[in-house]
Amino acid sequence: MDGVIGFIQDLGPNLQLVLERMPMILDGVFITLLASVLGAALALFIAFAFGLALLAKNVLVRGVARVFVEFFRGTSLVVQLFWLAFVLPQLPYPLGFQLDPLLVGVLALGLNYGAYAAEVVRGSIGSVPTGQYEAISALSLSPARGMFRIVIPQAWALMLPSLSNLWIQLLKGSAIVGTVTLYDLFFQVEQLRDRTGTWFAYSFALLAYYLIAWLIVILMNGLEIRAKHQIGRGPALKDSWRSLFRAPGSTPGGGRSARVVRDRSVAKAGTAGEGGLA
Amino acid sequence: MPENTAPTGTADVPHIEFRDVVKKFGDNTVLDNLNFTVSKGERVTLIGPSGSGKTTILRLVMTLEELSGGYIHIGGTPLQYQEQGGKRVRISDKRRRRTTTGIGMVFQHFNLFPNMTVMENIVEAPINVMGLKKAEAEAKAEALLDKVGMGWKKDARPNELSGGQQQRIAIARALAMDPEILLLDEVTSALDPELVGEVLAVLKDIAAETDISMLIVTHEMQFARDVSDRVMMFDQGSVIEEGLPDKIFSEPENQRTQDFLRAVL
Repeated sequence: MDGVIGFIQDLGPNLQLVLERMPMILDGVFITLLASVLGAALALFIAFAFGLALLAKNVLVRGVARVFVEFFRGTSLVVQLFWLAFVLPQLPYPLGFQLDPLLVGVLALGLNYGAYAAEVVRGSIGSVPTGQYEAISALSLSPARGMFRIVIPQAWALMLPSLSNLWIQLLKGSAIVGTVTLYDLFFQVEQLRDRTGTWFAYSFALLAYYLIAWLIVILMNGLEIRAKHQIGRGPALKDSWRSLFRAPGSTPGGGRSARVVRDRSVAKAGTAGEGGLA
Repeated sequence: MPENTAPTGTADVPHIEFRDVVKKFGDNTVLDNLNFTVSKGERVTLIGPSGSGKTTILRLVMTLEELSGGYIHIGGTPLQYQEQGGKRVRISDKRRRRTTTGIGMVFQHFNLFPNMTVMENIVEAPINVMGLKKAEAEAKAEALLDKVGMGWKKDARPNELSGGQQQRIAIARALAMDPEILLLDEVTSALDPELVGEVLAVLKDIAAETDISMLIVTHEMQFARDVSDRVMMFDQGSVIEEGLPDKIFSEPENQRTQDFLRAVL
């Protein structure tokens, strides 16, 4: 009953099946959301901790952070997941832990994408114009205070488009957590496939993941508009709710590349706060 | 050391002292054995062709650049390095910050914090460095904003303002720290011509009403003439001529000073 014709012929009964299995599917959606949100929270924490460590003056701190980031960027998410689920429990006491499947999923997703995001944090902080650092110095503010009050709020607006993309990748990457007995959306879709066949089940999965990704995009666009407005680039959220639905990273004032070019020229001129050229 | 300095002697200690200062960027020597002093309350303007090291001098005083050799003293206190048992020892960042608390700087590109309102820009350091209460700092900020004619924009964000307005706020921000030394680094160079006047007018008022020592780098020769007690002509990292502004601008002795002034006036 597979194939395009089968897909159309069985659409009615299959939709009926989806409705019947809806409680299970919603459980799966909940687990996918939970793993994606907790994974992203851990990733964000790791990103800031290690992104800042990558910028530390101390060579040792920087070195440790660099090794950590390269290790978790350079090893496969699937392998990390299996390692946490199947190798970690076999380690000798007191290291051996049998972690809850959700924790395994969150840890693997958080470590893997957190390592990528650490580079984003490092890069964005490095993109804040040097004039800002000089003003912090000239006011004799401590480097830590300057970092948290002045540099990070500006870097935050720069890093959000990339973080948004990473979060969507994390969501999609979470589809493999079923392999460590965490029953997420994709696991439930596989159950559905037994009854409906591949055409319907996987098409349904495509749509479901797309809709969840959209939630993330809208949320992150909102954060980005707000952050940009707070550093004087772009309108307030209430004046531009329509741009919540745009693709990540794009702006009303031109595409992504246009924005990058503009940001660079602004950074080069060293005129922080002159971003609102439009 | 401050304890050794009798009150009558304080006037003799230079406010800023450069002793055998060397600054290199890689192989390029920008300042070569520079010696000069600025007295308390004195306004000194540095002029000279671009690349002559004028801005580097201000940045060294603000500790934005690291000294390659020699010493800088602020009111007798060593700033970046001190001599200890015949050795040149680096002073910790914390101690440097304590010394620079009394030094304010206004930049060519203003460098206001875009994530803060005008008021927040001004009170951030007084509250967190000087330990003022929020209300106290805000009252002081309002007085300063009125002085620079920007009181009506205290809740605006920097990017909503013109260059001249931003620069006036940057001046207020520097003054909010009660600096004893103010460094002005080409503060009108990034401004549209019609905005230069408002900024210079504010600075002239401050020069007239306070006794803050000032080290000024500017291309505005009339302004230099109006506010300076002394003008120093720089070329290739050293002072080639210095004196009263009237003398330097009217009858410079050095050929290079004459050529420079002919080019800019």
